[in-house]
Amino acid sequence: MSLLFYISSFVALLFLSLGAPFVAVLEVIVYAGAIIVLFIFVVMMLNLGKDTAQQESAWLRPRVWLLPSLLCLILLGEMTALLIIGTEDKMQISVVDPKKLSMSLYGPYIIAVELIGFLLMAGIVGAAHIGKHTKKHLHRYLQDPETTEINI
Amino acid sequence: MMPIGSNTVLVVAAALFVLGLAAALTRKNIIFILIAVEVMLNASGLAFVAAGAKWHQPDGQLMFLFILAMAAAEISVGLALVLQIYHQHKTLDVEDLKELRD
Repeated sequence: MSLLFYISSFVALLFLSLGAPFVAVLEVIVYAGAIIVLFIFVVMMLNLGKDTAQQESAWLRPRVWLLPSLLCLILLGEMTALLIIGTEDKMQISVVDPKKLSMSLYGPYIIAVELIGFLLMAGIVGAAHIGKHTKKHLHRYLQDPETTEINI
Repeated sequence: MMPIGSNTVLVVAAALFVLGLAAALTRKNIIFILIAVEVMLNASGLAFVAAGAKWHQPDGQLMFLFILAMAAAEISVGLALVLQIYHQHKTLDVEDLKELRD
């Protein structure tokens, strides 16, 4: 199951090695705690079959993807070579502690924090509104027998 | 702690982004497309954190916090849409979902 690969391919360890312990902890909490659980619930509710994977494997013949992936590999190698040949400087790892982070978060970035609050509120309301089963309740004078069965 | 070149981190972020993009372009299932979008968001967040660690500023991690919140909101709305699509069309194949009207 590719969700498990996604969990195991976290960049949180990379964040820890980059000196960002607070963000690493937050990444693990949000992703492993919330998003993966959401995905697993949806996959359980949907009860997917095997036919889509079969169709994907039939659609992805090697003749189709070989040449574009070769070109993309060449481009990626070029970019990697350019990045490595260029000014190779060792980063001095300095741990940015959560105190500095939160001082900056509620200092100059307070507008962005409020905007992100708006976005999360809109996300909650949107998910609750889309996720509920819409059942039209019209007034009984407005109901006629043809439109009462509204296809949901 | 072992010093890491900033180019190495950028290469890793670019590879992660390319993997996510390839998965988003080749997959047919909506759920896997959403996962690929998440991978791409993680790649950009990794680039932000690397830049913030390079300049010894907390701004990169702040940007990653905002990306994380945006990803959470996006994935909740996206999964609700997936549920509604599955209830209406009984499929999650993006080639079968061609029409906008219900």
